[in-house]
Amino acid sequence: MTLAQRGRIVSIVGLALLAAVYVRALAFTPVERFQGEAQKIFYVHVPAAWSAMLAMGLVGCSSILYLIMKDPRYDRFAAASAEVGTAFSLVMLTTGPLWARPIWGTWWTWDARLTLTLFLFFLFLGYLLMRGAVSEPTLRARYSAVLGICGLVLLPFIHLSVYLFRTLHPQPIVLKPSAPSLPGNMLATLLFSFGVFTLLYIGFVTQSYAISLQHEARAAANA
Amino acid sequence: MGEEESGKGNGSSVGDILRDAWTIARKDLILEFRSRTAFLSAAVFTALVLTVFNFGRDPTAVPTLDLAPSILWVTFTFAAMLALNRAFQLELENQALDGLLVAPISLQSLYLAKLIANLVFVGVVQAVGLPLFVLFFNVPIGGVLLPLIAVIALATVGFVSVGTLFSAMVIRTRFAELMLPVLLLPFLIPPLIGAVQMTAALLEGRPLSEVQGWLRLLAAYDIFFLAVATILFPNTVNE
Repeated sequence: MTLAQRGRIVSIVGLALLAAVYVRALAFTPVERFQGEAQKIFYVHVPAAWSAMLAMGLVGCSSILYLIMKDPRYDRFAAASAEVGTAFSLVMLTTGPLWARPIWGTWWTWDARLTLTLFLFFLFLGYLLMRGAVSEPTLRARYSAVLGICGLVLLPFIHLSVYLFRTLHPQPIVLKPSAPSLPGNMLATLLFSFGVFTLLYIGFVTQSYAISLQHEARAAANA
Repeated sequence: MGEEESGKGNGSSVGDILRDAWTIARKDLILEFRSRTAFLSAAVFTALVLTVFNFGRDPTAVPTLDLAPSILWVTFTFAAMLALNRAFQLELENQALDGLLVAPISLQSLYLAKLIANLVFVGVVQAVGLPLFVLFFNVPIGGVLLPLIAVIALATVGFVSVGTLFSAMVIRTRFAELMLPVLLLPFLIPPLIGAVQMTAALLEGRPLSEVQGWLRLLAAYDIFFLAVATILFPNTVNE
């Protein structure tokens, strides 16, 4: 079985399980008392955010490994991870406002975590744009590794600064959902969804990795 | 030239790095001062941005002091971006970069050299921009001039150190002039927010101890990114 096929199977299983997450979240998980049906988006939003963070972390780690070992596999993996991370951040950034509108009363607010995830998205975009703007493969790999590492170092700083920014100027009326110790049933749905999104991450990254392998093979054949 | 002596004491390697860095930085700065085009354009650009800002607000609705820190820092950020774009562009002409790379100097000193030259360049532009800012917006900075300069220096070192690293990369990408801001702006967020907060505190006569968290954050940012950029820089120029 080729890598692409394996990636496809994992992705299909992941998507099927994602449907199961929807069914479980909508039909078999109790409605939250204060937020009502809107809270259901939580089971997609939070795991998507997790996958996006995981993607950025792994981009950074494989960037470090690339610069040490100079093995193109790490670069290919970082590229695939960034691509998939961009998609997951987009899911996170679209589901977030959909939930925030009924609960916070606004589509967007410069809340600390929201701002952080927006910049995560911008970092992914910058990373991918940079890759598109360099044609020579080893140069592209080195440049993206440098950028990936810088991005990883930057995230804690952005987190700290938006946090400091907000504590100096607190938003008075933003209803922050307290993080309650979730009832078992909701927690189970959430953890299930976390597993599914991690599986989707693996499936998508494997496919993206396989595609870039095919691109390289074709480029080598043409050369 | 103080660097030449000060580095010598603790082992030749650090001294050599600093001396080589100063030599290259001086070469860059002499080039800039002789042609003057870049300095003048950046200074004029700064003046124009400040002027544009004056019309980008409703003077009757928003007190100047509320907007002043943002105006100052957005202007400085744009001006720095211009300066950073040309740091390595200069070396592309006549393959000057190749000459630097085969020279018997460490790549760390090349990075330091570019960093010093960029800092001086941005510093000169800021030295022109700050009086203009005071003049145009009638902001009293007399009593807080020294702390304000310290805040400007702290924030500038941070983003110029990342910017210098990125500018070495973008010169060999397509759309270099556009690529640098796209890559660099997310990295400007922590120094920019911190600088704006601290400038606001200073201008309103609040004590700096109130923004101690920002001071620490910016200092940490400077140290981390100087270190990361110095370590990573060889990967951006080495063949």
